[in-house]
Amino acid sequence: MKLHINGHVYDIDVPETTSLLDTLRIYLKLTGSKYGCGEGVCGACRVLVDGHATPSCITPVASVQHKEVVTIEGLAKDGRLHPIQQAFLDEDAFQCAYCTSGMVISAVALKNRNPRPSRQEIIDAMQVNICRCCAYPRIMKAISNAQS
Amino acid sequence: MDKSTTATLENTATITRRNFFRLLGGGVAVVVSQSCIYGWADSPAVGKDLTVDDDSIAAWIHIHEDGKVSVFTGKVEVGQNIRTSLAQVVAEELFVSIQRITMIMGDTLMTPYDAGTFGSRSIPYMGPQLRKAAASLRKALLEKAAKALKVPVESLRTEAGEIVHDASNSTLPYGSLTRGEKLLLPIDEEVALIAADSWTVAGTSVPKVNGHDFVTGKHQYTSDMALPDMVYGKILRAPAYGMTLVAADIEKARTIPGVTVVEAGDFIGVVAPDPQMATNALAAISVQWDASPQPSKADIFSYLKENAQQGREDDGTQRETRRVFDASENRLEHRVEVQYIAHVPLEPRAAVAQWDGSQLTVWTGTQRPFGVQEELAGAFSVAKEQVRVIMPDTGSAYGGKHSGEAAVEAARLAKAVGKAVKVVWTREEEFKWAYFRPAGLIEVAAALDSDGSIASWEFHNYNSGNAGIDFPYRARTKHIQYHPSRTPLKQGSYRGLAATANVFAIECMMDDLARQLRVDPLDFRLRQLTDERMQAVLETAAERFGWKEAKAAGHGFGIACGFVKNSYIATCAEVAYDRSDEQLHVIRLVAAYDCGAIVNPKHLENQVLGAILQGLGGALFEEIDFRDGRILNPTLSSYRVPRFSDIPPLDIVLIGRKDVPSAGAGETPIVGTAPAIRNAIADATGIKLHKLPMIPQGLKNN
Repeated sequence: MKLHINGHVYDIDVPETTSLLDTLRIYLKLTGSKYGCGEGVCGACRVLVDGHATPSCITPVASVQHKEVVTIEGLAKDGRLHPIQQAFLDEDAFQCAYCTSGMVISAVALKNRNPRPSRQEIIDAMQVNICRCCAYPRIMKAISNAQS
Repeated sequence: MDKSTTATLENTATITRRNFFRLLGGGVAVVVSQSCIYGWADSPAVGKDLTVDDDSIAAWIHIHEDGKVSVFTGKVEVGQNIRTSLAQVVAEELFVSIQRITMIMGDTLMTPYDAGTFGSRSIPYMGPQLRKAAASLRKALLEKAAKALKVPVESLRTEAGEIVHDASNSTLPYGSLTRGEKLLLPIDEEVALIAADSWTVAGTSVPKVNGHDFVTGKHQYTSDMALPDMVYGKILRAPAYGMTLVAADIEKARTIPGVTVVEAGDFIGVVAPDPQMATNALAAISVQWDASPQPSKADIFSYLKENAQQGREDDGTQRETRRVFDASENRLEHRVEVQYIAHVPLEPRAAVAQWDGSQLTVWTGTQRPFGVQEELAGAFSVAKEQVRVIMPDTGSAYGGKHSGEAAVEAARLAKAVGKAVKVVWTREEEFKWAYFRPAGLIEVAAALDSDGSIASWEFHNYNSGNAGIDFPYRARTKHIQYHPSRTPLKQGSYRGLAATANVFAIECMMDDLARQLRVDPLDFRLRQLTDERMQAVLETAAERFGWKEAKAAGHGFGIACGFVKNSYIATCAEVAYDRSDEQLHVIRLVAAYDCGAIVNPKHLENQVLGAILQGLGGALFEEIDFRDGRILNPTLSSYRVPRFSDIPPLDIVLIGRKDVPSAGAGETPIVGTAPAIRNAIADATGIKLHKLPMIPQGLKNN
């Protein structure tokens, strides 16, 4: 099947029921998206599918054919970090950082549809993303401060 | 595959045995390994020379000919930013820029032995060790330069990785003095170290040294690794505690193309070319289990008390404390119940194992690489030296990754199939078969003298542990005892260990005693304390919080303090109970923290806020539910952890004490959260809660 990921076209042969997460991580070696819960409730595996932050662990790969997928690896352009990535670095908005790619993806989706989110809008958009290290206040700050 | 795919795959570095071993000048065989990918990116090639003693400078720090610096430590990075903090103390003492330093960590072949990364020990013990090594190295370089330049050593100084001789306006780069040779000089235990008030690199907020790799997804955690021809392993596990394997039919699984079933006694595992196939193969095995009666959550506290060890003989203190208690007219007794909770590191247990003859290499996320090395050596009856354990920076631990289960499993499967094997536990496996923070029962009895001082303090902790059990206040008589018990679930280390439970029990009682006396809980504590650092954090937190100010109707204020391993926390909480929707809201938290001299303020604050907020989970709603040995909530949809909506505004005051050696900060701040909130709930509603978590079903059900 043909997949559009980070601006590339991939033609791969995997069972249709394979999760998008396994496809990315195992077949395409795009390991930035993480496994955290396997049931779409922790946010670590989130990727952009046509701009929406989507849990890739419960998304069958076949369902994203003909859609644009963007992973954490596809955000930086020409060696320049995406403003959300830069803001996470500037605010030291992580500890172990295992949740970071999913956090960044959720935040990118939020800021794309709402460049100046309120505190409550950030909470609502990010509620599915778990940071077990609880760097939450800094993640909030990074999202608020990131340039649109 | 079309061209773009091929290009992507070609860009993925390939690892072969060819670049695994390499000779370094002098003929010393060192392992350069897959470092370029799975350890220390861009690290210049140098390995641990097994003939070098750990008291030699060379065991800890090496200067390369190009002036780059490698630092070797068995400590590991799990998000506490010790990679950065330790690089800072070396940069400070060695007078080199932090960009020149590569930290080689948690690798049993490359680094000196280390018991593990736990107990807030990295900064107070590894920090001084590396500082001494760096200062000794600098001193040796100065002496070498003095000889080379034929000038007195006093006429030289160091700056930015160079020896400077001002009189002749000449400089010598460190690298040119050693030319890449190891410095086999002993560490000078008496070497002068730079005092905290003169620090220029330590004490500043240096950004996470490899932060870029984390925001781009480039960093390879163990669970991200892939070796050539690697296969994926899954292990058959019992549905519940106390079950034993009676019979397993593996025929169906065995016939799936690409799948290998591995049996060794009670161990049954499968390997397959991808994890989904391995999972399917595991599901194809039909198993008969034999169950045995197991305790349930409903009776856990009586179980723990009934199975407790008798403990030491009473030396008279218990009888005397009890006598004073019985004679007092002003007395209180509490029974505090503490549930099992899970660490839930977002990266579950993971390991990649590879055998080369009888040599085993395992990459795994563990707080104890050398402990896991021993575990592996024991499991496969090989010498420790034949086992190398490497710990890539890992997706957190919180005390939950002391053990090497996945490492042993991956190694077992790898040995059986003759290929590299990766084992990554599922979230459910992590919940069920890792280990928990112990449940515990605490019985505490206290009595007051007529002048409001504490007449007696009797404290018994069953099973949860003795960390933080000491009573920091004045008491005329006291008896404190920890009773180990038999745990029905696997239990182990956790951030702060039992200090969370013990400080909760202490601080609840202190608050209730103050209320009984109708005195301010802050004033009551300050009066009974003898430790000025504890008094200072209490006063600082209270002042920042506005403790004496008026509060809104329905709101309550609570305060608590605690200390663990030379660091001090005081936490204030404001809560509001909304009777219309019966919801408890944590309005804000304010904390003051003192861990001595601060190495990196920004990273310290991150640790402190993380610990305080992680403490919300165990305080309010986290608990493991189990019945007949079965874990009933082994998923992130059924086990609740703090999320964005749970996070109140938080204000932290870091009290820098440059006159006091730095203590570790990963644990202590967690202990103040639960009692501060509990005391605020009591203040707002009059409801006095004596359990952790406090309100898993909401406040109205208490």
